[in-house]
Amino acid sequence: MAMQKKSLIFTRGWISAAGSRPRPSLLDCMIQKQRILVSKVVIWIGALSPGVWLLFGLFLNWLGPNPIETLTHITGMTTLVLLLVTLSVTPLRRVTGWNGLIRIRRPLGLFSFFYALIHFNIWFVFDQVFNWRWMVEDIIERPYITVGFSAFLILIPLALTSTKRWMRRLGTGWTKLHSGIYFAAILGVIHYYWLVKADVRLPLLLGFFLSVLLLYRVPGWLKRRRRAVMRSELADP
Amino acid sequence: MIIRSRKVSDIPSSDITPAEVYLGRRKFIRDAGLGLATLTFGGTTLNSEVAAQSQEIPARFRNLKSELGEELNSYKDITTYNNFYEFGTDKKDPSRNSGEFKPEPWTVSIEGHVNKPGNYQLGDILSPVTMEDRIYRLRCVEAWSMVIPWYGFPLADLIKRVEPTGNAKFLRFETVYRPEEMPYQKTSVLSWPYIEGLRMDEAMHPLTTLVTGVYGTELPNQNGAPLRLVVPWKYGFKGIKSIVKIEFVEEMPTNTWKMANSLEYGFYSNVNPEVSHPRWSQARERRLPSLFKSHETLMFNGYAEEVSHLYAGMDLRRWK
Repeated sequence: MAMQKKSLIFTRGWISAAGSRPRPSLLDCMIQKQRILVSKVVIWIGALSPGVWLLFGLFLNWLGPNPIETLTHITGMTTLVLLLVTLSVTPLRRVTGWNGLIRIRRPLGLFSFFYALIHFNIWFVFDQVFNWRWMVEDIIERPYITVGFSAFLILIPLALTSTKRWMRRLGTGWTKLHSGIYFAAILGVIHYYWLVKADVRLPLLLGFFLSVLLLYRVPGWLKRRRRAVMRSELADP
Repeated sequence: MIIRSRKVSDIPSSDITPAEVYLGRRKFIRDAGLGLATLTFGGTTLNSEVAAQSQEIPARFRNLKSELGEELNSYKDITTYNNFYEFGTDKKDPSRNSGEFKPEPWTVSIEGHVNKPGNYQLGDILSPVTMEDRIYRLRCVEAWSMVIPWYGFPLADLIKRVEPTGNAKFLRFETVYRPEEMPYQKTSVLSWPYIEGLRMDEAMHPLTTLVTGVYGTELPNQNGAPLRLVVPWKYGFKGIKSIVKIEFVEEMPTNTWKMANSLEYGFYSNVNPEVSHPRWSQARERRLPSLFKSHETLMFNGYAEEVSHLYAGMDLRRWK
C-alpha cells in the first residue's frame, strides 16, 4: 500500500486526479519540496568538491610536480562524470517514479559545463599559452582535441539556453537542441579514450556507462518515431 | 644545452662513494630506516618514503643552478613524478606502489653475441667502473621535461668488458618480471616484461649512461632501481628501468611501446620537434616545474652536436 501511495504523490496532479484516488495532501507536497532541497544540496556539495579540492591543492601544493596536468585531468574527468550523471536523471526518474528528480537535471548539466569551461581555459592558457595559431593548429591536427573541442562547442548553446525563459521561447525546438548532450557525451568519451597512452580501462568504463544510458533510451526513441510516422500517415493518407 | 659530466677529479674526494660501500650503504640505509620506523611507529612496515628521507643530498649539488644556468629539478619532483607502468599508470603510482620491490641482490644476465656472456652480480659490474654525475634533461614523449642529476657510468664501459662479436648489431634490454612486487604486471596495460633496444653505435655513445643513482644517492625503486638506462637525446621511455637482461643481437629488437602501438612509437624515438606524435605536437614542452608549455623542444633534446652524425642520411620522419 505504501508503495502505491508513494508513486501517487510523485505523479502529476492532473493524472492522479483522473481516478478516484485522493489528491496529494499539503504534507506530501512539503515532503517532496524537502526532498528536492536535499538533493540540490547534495548536488552542490558533490559537484563543487572536486573544484574546491583542486583550489586548495593549487595553493597548498598537493597537485604534484605537474599541477597543470592534474588540473586538466581532474576537470576533464569531472565534466564527463557529471555529464553521465545528468544523463542518468531521466532513467532514474522512470525507475523510482519520482518525477521531482527532473528539477536537479539543470544544475547538474550546468556544473558539467562549468568544469568543461575550466578544462578548456586551462588548456588555452597553460598549454597553448594564449596563442590562437597554436590552438587552431592543434584543434585541426589532433583528432582527440578536435572531438574534445567539438563537445565543448556543443555544450555552449545548451548552457546558454538552460533557463525557463529559453525553454518557453524555443518550445519543442528546445528538446531537439538539448539532445545535443548525447553527442557531447559521446565525443567527450572518445576524447578521453584517444588521449590515454595505454591504460584505457577508465575511458572504457565511462564508455560502458554511457552506452547503458543511451541504450535505455532507444525503445522510447523508436516508439516516438513510430508514432510520428503514424501521425503523418493519418494526416496525409 | 645541458650536459655536464663530472669525472672523479671534479668531485671532492669526500663526495666519492666507492661501489662496494655504495652497495653496502643501500642495506645500511634500509636497516637504519627500519630501525627508525620501528622506533617511531611502533613496528609499522618500512615504506620507501622513510628510506628516501633518510638520504642526504651531497653538498656538491647545492650551488649547481648558477653553474648550469638552468635549475635542477628537486629530488622530490624527480622521485614522485614517474612513468613506470609496472607500478601503475598514474605518475604518483610508482612512488606509492614500489615499497615492496627488492632491488637486491641483483644479477644482470648478459647474453647473445658476446665473448663473455653470463650472470653478472651488480657489484661485479660496478666495481671496475668510475661513477660520475651526469646532468641531463629528460624529455618525456608526453611533452614535459626535467633536468636530472643522474649518477652512473657509460654503458660503453660495460659493453667493452663483455666483448661483443661482429654479429652484435643491436642491444636488447629487459626489465625484471616480478608481478608479486610490481602490481601492474598483473594487468595487461602493456606486455611484460618491458623491452627496449639500442643500435650498437647508440649504445657505445659516451652520452649513453647506465644509472644507479640520482643526486649522488642511490636510485629509488620508482626511478628504476638498481640499474637503469638513460639516453638523453631520446624520449624518456627508451630509458628502461630495473634491467635484468642485456642481449646482444643481430636484428633490431621490438621495444614494448612499439609493440603496443607501432603507429605512434618507433624504435629510434629520438627527440625531434619536427616530427609530431600522431596525437600531440612535439614542438614545445613543459619544463617542470613551470606551468606553461612554452619551452621550445630542441632537436635531439639539445644533444644534436654530439649525436646527429649517428643518423646521417636517415630520414628521421620514417625512422621514428
